[in-house]
Amino acid sequence: MNAVASFGRFWWNFIVGDDWLAAAGVAVALGVTAALETWWVLPLAVAIVLAGSLYRAIPHS
Amino acid sequence: MSAVLLVLSSFLASAVEMVEALTIVLAAGLTRGWRSALTGVAAATLTLAVIVAVLGPALTLIPLNALRLVVGALLLVFGLQWLRKAILRASGFKALHDEDAIFAQELRDAETAPRDERAGLDWYGFTLSFKGVLLEGLEVAFIVLTFGSTQGSIPLAAAGAVAAVVLVALVGVLARAPLARVPENTMKFAVGIMLTTFGIFWSAEGAGADWPGGDAAILGVLAFVILWSATLVALLRARRARVAIA
Repeated sequence: MNAVASFGRFWWNFIVGDDWLAAAGVAVALGVTAALETWWVLPLAVAIVLAGSLYRAIPHS
Repeated sequence: MSAVLLVLSSFLASAVEMVEALTIVLAAGLTRGWRSALTGVAAATLTLAVIVAVLGPALTLIPLNALRLVVGALLLVFGLQWLRKAILRASGFKALHDEDAIFAQELRDAETAPRDERAGLDWYGFTLSFKGVLLEGLEVAFIVLTFGSTQGSIPLAAAGAVAAVVLVALVGVLARAPLARVPENTMKFAVGIMLTTFGIFWSAEGAGADWPGGDAAILGVLAFVILWSATLVALLRARRARVAIA
């Protein structure tokens, strides 16, 4: 079980990294894109997701 | 045009990963002996070749739209990681990647590690070199497989990667020092932009959207990602300057 957990953790860190909210944002945006079958949702969502991810990464004091 | 971007992305991503792998292999070779270090390189290269040989043909069996959706989404999430780190580095919120400092640290660690002979090899030197090449190479394999399969040409993506590996290895052999003068941080920024661009384009297509202008729209997406990234760098730099003054 430890080996399976380590394997899963490795791939999670490899693909998703330390900001799972960004990955979740991309997943939601793709769902909306599929529902509306329109192209502009994803670039707009990526712009918001990236800005949000950076905002969370910098110190706020 | 997308073929040129495909080879360029594959080349740049492979080059930056190989520069990092070279630093580790040099540290292992210089401190623990070249036989163990180079055996580690050979074993890792063989493992990566098996991964590409097994997964490559399997990916080509998946229907193109499903492949573009899944691979595009993976590339997009993966690319956003690269882009976020690159923007943080460019704006001064994260330290720049410094091959000289990493090399010095690897040398110190390798010099003080105890000697353990297995199968006639220094085990520390072998595993350090093996892990370094395998982990850095895995990112290259991931990019080659995803870019290549989605664009319908794994050999073209692989050609870009092989060219980078050969170039970095040649320069490494000649220099016998970490390639600290390679503009690694700029290259990483470029790779993050490419991965994000292709990720947006393919995953939207896979989800059923039609891009205005067809494949040419990829240039528009590229311009959008570059402009937005530059804007974010400028905003973060301004914020950093304000915090420094206060």
